[in-house]
Amino acid sequence: MPVVKLRAPLTELTGGKRELQLDGATVRDVLQALENEHPAIAGWILDERTTIRQHINVFVNGERGREDTTLTPEDRIHVLPSISGG
Amino acid sequence: MTELLVGTKKGLFTLRGGDSSFEISARAFAGEPVEFAMRDRRSGRYFACVTSAFYGPKIFVTDDLAGEWQQAEGLALPEGEEKALIRLWTVVPGIEDDHLLAGGDPGVLFESRDGGMTWELNRPFWEQPTRPEWGPGAGGMCLHSIATWPGEPGKLAMGISAVGVWLSDDGGQTWRHGNGGLIPRYLPEDSREDTFDLCVHNMHRAPSQPERLFMQFHGGVYRSDDAGETWIDIGTDTGLPSDFGFPLVIDPDDPDSAFVIPLVADLDRVTPDGRVRVYETRDAGASWTERGDGLPAEDAYLTILRQAFARDGSGDAMSLYFGATSGDVFGSGDAGATWFTAATKLPPVHSVRVA
Repeated sequence: MPVVKLRAPLTELTGGKRELQLDGATVRDVLQALENEHPAIAGWILDERTTIRQHINVFVNGERGREDTTLTPEDRIHVLPSISGG
Repeated sequence: MTELLVGTKKGLFTLRGGDSSFEISARAFAGEPVEFAMRDRRSGRYFACVTSAFYGPKIFVTDDLAGEWQQAEGLALPEGEEKALIRLWTVVPGIEDDHLLAGGDPGVLFESRDGGMTWELNRPFWEQPTRPEWGPGAGGMCLHSIATWPGEPGKLAMGISAVGVWLSDDGGQTWRHGNGGLIPRYLPEDSREDTFDLCVHNMHRAPSQPERLFMQFHGGVYRSDDAGETWIDIGTDTGLPSDFGFPLVIDPDDPDSAFVIPLVADLDRVTPDGRVRVYETRDAGASWTERGDGLPAEDAYLTILRQAFARDGSGDAMSLYFGATSGDVFGSGDAGATWFTAATKLPPVHSVRVA
C-alpha cells in the first residue's frame, strides 16, 4: 500500500504517527482514507470539495502530485505546508 | 536629521527625527499598499512601489516629498503573454550613473537607464527556458533581492522566492543558478537535489569584499564566499534561537558582519518567546550575539517582513531601523547595542529604508 508521510502539526491529528500505509488508487483516495482512519485530520489537507488546500503541497516520490495523481502500492506521499512569501 | 521611508499596508509614511525621537512628517498613497520605498542618493530621487488592489502595481517617482509623485513608465510584461505584473518588491541603484534595477512578481527584473523614469524588462531573464517550471510561494514569485558589485556593473546576484539565486557576469545578458549548498528543508529529501524551488527570503553582498554574500533563507541562514555560487550554513548551532526569518542587513565596512531578526518557524512567524531581538554576527556567522536592549522583552509577538530592516552608515555608529506588521518601528543609533521606539500604531509595515 502507498505510504503517507506527515509532519507536525498534522501528526498531532494522527496520534503521533508520521507514516501511515493507506489504500487508494489516487492521491485523493489515499487522503480520504487517511481522513477515515483519523477523522480529526478531515479538512486539514483536503477541503470540503476534496481539493488539496491551496497552501499544502503533496509530493509523490518527490514529484509534485495532485488530487488525481495515480498511485502504485510502492509510492510515497509527502504532505507538506507550502512556502510562503513575507 | 534622519529621514525614514516606511512602506505600509496603507500608504507611505515619512518619519523625520534623530537620536531617539521621530515624528511622522508626510504620508503619501493613502490607503494603498506600499511594498517598498527608497531614495537614490545619487540623484536624490524617491521611489515608491505601490500595489493598488484596483489598478495594479506601479512605481512612482518624485524629487520632492512635498511635491507630486509621477508614475514611471515601462513597468509591464510584454503584451500577449499569459502573465501580468503582480507586484514590485524592490528598487536598487545600479553601479553606472542613472542605472537602476527593480524586481517584481512573477520573478521579473526591470532596468532603467534614465534615473528611474522609464523602465525596460530584462528579456534574457524573462525568457529563461525553465521559467514555465518555476513555482511561487503563497506570497507570490517575488524577486526581492538584487546585489550589485561595486566597480563591476556587469556582476549581479538576485534572490527570488521561490526560485533561488541567479547570477550574471555580463550585466544580465546571461544568467545561471547559484544554489549550491542551499537545503530546502520544506521539500522531501528525495526532491531536494537539483531543485530550484528555493525560497530565498533576503540576500545582501558585503561591498568591501564583494565575493561574500549573506542570505536569510526559508529555514536557514547562509554565507557565500564565492560570489553566490555556493552557500555555507551559518544558522545551525551558532547561537540563533531560530534560523527562520525574513530580513537581513550588513555593516558595509565589515565583511564579516550580518544582522538578522529570527522568527520562531515557518508555521509560527513571530518573534520567539514573545521577545523582540536582533542577532548580530561579526565573525562571518561562526557565532551570533543577541541585540535587544530597549526592544520589547515580553508579550511581544511581532512579524518583521523581508524589506522592513534597514541601516545607515557603518561601524559602531551605524544606525539600524526595522518595522513590524504590528505597526511599530524601532531604531538604534549604535549598531544595535541599544534600541528605541521610533513609531507606533502605523499600519502593518512592509518596508523601511533610510532616505
